Amino acid sequence: MSHSPMNVGLSRRQFVQAGGALLFAAECPITFATKANAAGGGSMMNSFVRIDPNSIITMLANHSEFGNGAYTVMTMMLAEELDVDYRAIQIEAAPTSPDYYSPLFREYLTAGSVTTGSTWLPMRTAGAKARAMLIEAAAQVWGVPQAELSTEAGEVYHSLTGQRTPYGQLLESIHRLKIMPPDTVSLKDPSDFKVLGKPAKRHEGAAKVDGSAQFGIDLKLPGMLHGAIARPPVHGGRVISFDATAALKMPGVVKVKAINAGVVVLAKSYWQAQKARGELTITWDRGDNDGVSSEQFYSDYRALAEQRGMLAEDIGDAKGALAGADRVIESVYEMPLLAHATLEPLNCIAQVSEDACTIWSGTQYQSNDQEVISRFLGIPQENVTVHRPLMGGSFGRRSSKKADFTVEAVEAAMGEDVPVKIIWSREEDIRSGHYRPLFVHKMRGSLDASGMPEAWHQVAVGQSLMQGSKHDPAYMVRGIDIYSLDGCLQAPFGVFPYGTSYQIPNHRVESHNAPRVGIVPQEWRSVGHTHTGIAYECFLDELADAGEIDPLELRLRLTKDHARMNRVLRVLREKSQWDEPLGAGRGRGIAARIYSVSPIAQAVEVSVADNGDFTIDRVVCVLDCGFAVNPLGIEGQVEGGIAFGLGGAAFGNIDIVNGEVQQSNFHDYPVIRMPQMPKVEVHILPSDEPPTGVGEQATAPIAPAVANALFNATGRRVRRFPLSSQGFKLV
Amino acid sequence: MKLTVNGTEVDIASEGDTPLLWVLRDELDLVGTKYGCGMAQCGACTVHLADQPIRSCVTPVSAAAGKAVETIEGQADGTGLTAVQRAWLETDVAQCGYCQSGQIMVATALLRENPAPTDEQIDTAMAGNVCRCGTYPRIRKAVHLAAKLIASEAVV
Repeated sequence: MSHSPMNVGLSRRQFVQAGGALLFAAECPITFATKANAAGGGSMMNSFVRIDPNSIITMLANHSEFGNGAYTVMTMMLAEELDVDYRAIQIEAAPTSPDYYSPLFREYLTAGSVTTGSTWLPMRTAGAKARAMLIEAAAQVWGVPQAELSTEAGEVYHSLTGQRTPYGQLLESIHRLKIMPPDTVSLKDPSDFKVLGKPAKRHEGAAKVDGSAQFGIDLKLPGMLHGAIARPPVHGGRVISFDATAALKMPGVVKVKAINAGVVVLAKSYWQAQKARGELTITWDRGDNDGVSSEQFYSDYRALAEQRGMLAEDIGDAKGALAGADRVIESVYEMPLLAHATLEPLNCIAQVSEDACTIWSGTQYQSNDQEVISRFLGIPQENVTVHRPLMGGSFGRRSSKKADFTVEAVEAAMGEDVPVKIIWSREEDIRSGHYRPLFVHKMRGSLDASGMPEAWHQVAVGQSLMQGSKHDPAYMVRGIDIYSLDGCLQAPFGVFPYGTSYQIPNHRVESHNAPRVGIVPQEWRSVGHTHTGIAYECFLDELADAGEIDPLELRLRLTKDHARMNRVLRVLREKSQWDEPLGAGRGRGIAARIYSVSPIAQAVEVSVADNGDFTIDRVVCVLDCGFAVNPLGIEGQVEGGIAFGLGGAAFGNIDIVNGEVQQSNFHDYPVIRMPQMPKVEVHILPSDEPPTGVGEQATAPIAPAVANALFNATGRRVRRFPLSSQGFKLV
Repeated sequence: MKLTVNGTEVDIASEGDTPLLWVLRDELDLVGTKYGCGMAQCGACTVHLADQPIRSCVTPVSAAAGKAVETIEGQADGTGLTAVQRAWLETDVAQCGYCQSGQIMVATALLRENPAPTDEQIDTAMAGNVCRCGTYPRIRKAVHLAAKLIASEAVV
């Protein structure tokens, strides 16, 4: 960690150097308002902090809360430097304007598990600068040197005279004395932290136990109509015609109309809209995807994987080493489409007037929603107002680049003089969603005389997340989507400043962007690692087995020059009692990943019955996420990340046949339930490095660690997922 | 049609086949009860009907007529949160929080029937409630804590 006093006027480059990572290239936009803020009746101390005369502190949050803990860590950072109780800080969604864009993404976006890292300096700086102004005001009013003043519990305090005053009572002096925010400010030394690094309960926790937390689906506006959309049976299909005669006779129904997404029924209540939707007769153009199927994707991708792809990395001479090897190990790994299935179904309220639009939407990606809506309606971006309620899970689904679930609500609301709320049924969510793309990885490897991996050749095939989007080329390198290969490359690639942490002397990785079809690919918690993690870590396990080297020992040797991952693995060996034998029918597996800078590794123990039913007895997870801002939150994110990845690996499968998704709800798209949830032991390594993310990290290793444990227990290797399709049923 | 919701009798205008879930949410503005699946697969919509936990998304409101309905909003009374709610807060269970109303309603019913459930009994009782954030380990912990709180308060 960089030590105090810290000059926060550092340039971006200096920050990068000081922080040692890309994630901390952050500046704090300061727009001190010299007049009282009309909305809150308080004073904006800077872009993020408002203090009102009653000393209520409000944080303008430019990141969203969907279970990730953003509101908790951000208030903790502000509270630490401002010396207030983080729980007493009120939260207001910051406006969707460039002033509040993520300093990392340059957009209004909460994603990539970078919130903690990218707000670490801005929020602390905002708190420290506000505090400096309060101190300066008190010093002038009391006629004492600033150095004699301190702050605690929301008051400025002069210990020599015993004078103290609440922050709110200094606002008038700040304005009268024209005190401006300082250019630079010192941040607290970590040894002085009272809040950061200590377990902190969720900021909005109380509202989440008494039913008062307001999610998007809970909002109700005067006169609002409820909409249910009949969607095409095939992705990319279109309405040719529809007959709404019967639907319009149903109670509460106001209107039926065709929109791009399908046919929308507007009614006085959601149930009325949903029920009437069942009475529609619709003729569909099934479109270009009528014939597509998951099995066809697999076979097409397998064929592509045999061809030379775009070359991402070629260290040493992998092809030569493989050509000269006595034994080449080959495998193909296949990973299906996966739905996110956020428990709060997608929804959005929209109100449209002649030249303006307002949405109330649980979205991770406010600036993109603005952009898409502004293009769709032909109005200026700033005329699109985004209200941001809490979200009932997101896992990447609500960061849609197409803004699918927001722009359709806008289209449904066009021509209506009241707001329109669209709710997706669970069936729509499963059948008509955006998915983790289906991927095939072809792997080839060989060993040296000692049994260690000598050559590695990997070809990844799947739909690119970024190709053709506005993020192409920022997240593409020579046509290669860096997410398709995240966790496969030894060297940094594009804007990803990290590699696998392994060193294999001959290492070649290629990729193919699979042909575009109307199945929209979407980030799914831990993104590329959801498939690269399986392919890479399971194949590494195959090489370890072939070379008769313990898989943890193998990883220790491969990471000998990566101090942070090596430490994680050493601790994992000890905490998991890795070297103690397990009984018959039991097995142990490991996987280790670097996701967005943070090293994380897991050891999994399974018990497998003769019929393939298995339980996960224990998951030991060790991670190095830099300075652990909120250990309680981190532990929860790790448990949750494991549950999410485990569900996908164990049973997750969106299967397309003749263009139609075969699954529809939790009975045929199962997710992890309480009895299947393993015991998770979380070990956060102490670190003085700047904080990095944890939201997606724990999802990355769990699937391969479980598959490797099943191999260890049974000798049977799974190469097509989910596990349930290969006779392994998690019970 | 009349319902008794959280101790108060209310007149219902919705058609009788409307699921209780949507009557609570859209007609009575009690939105703490959540929609998750519409087919009794996820438990987010759990309320108590005549003291029994039921899935309100598949229960027509007509089936609740004349009976007592308890929702998450009726749990805390004037004196504060219930032991289960306090245990949930103390254990910092919630992440996104969307499923937690349903989880709390099921846990509350469980503890009424079985004041000291084992891990296995908790797993069985709560297997119908999905949490996509994976807060299950903390739910287990919170149920045990709630059991302790209830027991200690009964002694007092």
